[in-house]
Amino acid sequence: MSDTRTPLSRARGLGSAKEGVHHWWMQRVTAIALIPLVVWFAISLVMLSGADYAVARAWIGSPLVMVLLTLTIVVGLYHGQLGLQVVWEDYTDGALRVFMIVFTKFIAVLFGLGAVLAIMRIGFGG
Amino acid sequence: MSVANRPERPLSPHLQVYRLPMLAILSILHRATGIALSVGGLYLATWVMYAASNPRAYALFQSFNVSIAGRIVLGGWLFSAFFHLFNGIRHLFWDAGYGFEIKDAERSGWIVVAAALVATAASWAVGLRLM
Repeated sequence: MSDTRTPLSRARGLGSAKEGVHHWWMQRVTAIALIPLVVWFAISLVMLSGADYAVARAWIGSPLVMVLLTLTIVVGLYHGQLGLQVVWEDYTDGALRVFMIVFTKFIAVLFGLGAVLAIMRIGFGG
Repeated sequence: MSVANRPERPLSPHLQVYRLPMLAILSILHRATGIALSVGGLYLATWVMYAASNPRAYALFQSFNVSIAGRIVLGGWLFSAFFHLFNGIRHLFWDAGYGFEIKDAERSGWIVVAAALVATAASWAVGLRLM
């Protein structure tokens, strides 16, 4: 079959969805970032699994933890919604697919922003 | 053409009577743990938000986490996280073009399962020690 794409379209390499390999690439980049973050976070989670209010706040509010925890939650939720998008694309279609993908992204942003503001509130006192 | 003379053709797997190969099970498990971790991520974000609220609300939230059910969820989260992490590294190797032979894929699959179990136990032990 002959290729009907223009040379410019081929050079741009963005395909019909106009985003090329962006989704695939971001999934890999966030995956690599999450390798050390998840190892750190898994151990911290066991450590804090029984922590009371004061202990949890002291941990969340310490400078290094603020940075790493923000990264873990933001990068983790971003990676998660990329993956869930593919799940919806595989198992649903039409209006339901569009709704579930947008809904998933909204939920990720809602909880991500909520967690980041919570971390800042604990760390900066308020 | 009679049934007896029909040439032998490969049949597509019939899921009710087909024993899934180990590689297929791991592939499904990667997606399943990914979905579980996404839900777990929302739960962890909620934990941070409770820590930013008042002590009473936080204590109520924590009362589940320290229960037997909460411990099982934590164990499940740890295994999901490490399985998805190690299997994700396996995927990165595939992305780079390595390990596509069935024998290699099966071996790396078993390594991932073993590593996930060891890392789950190790992180639990290290976490308790640092507590």
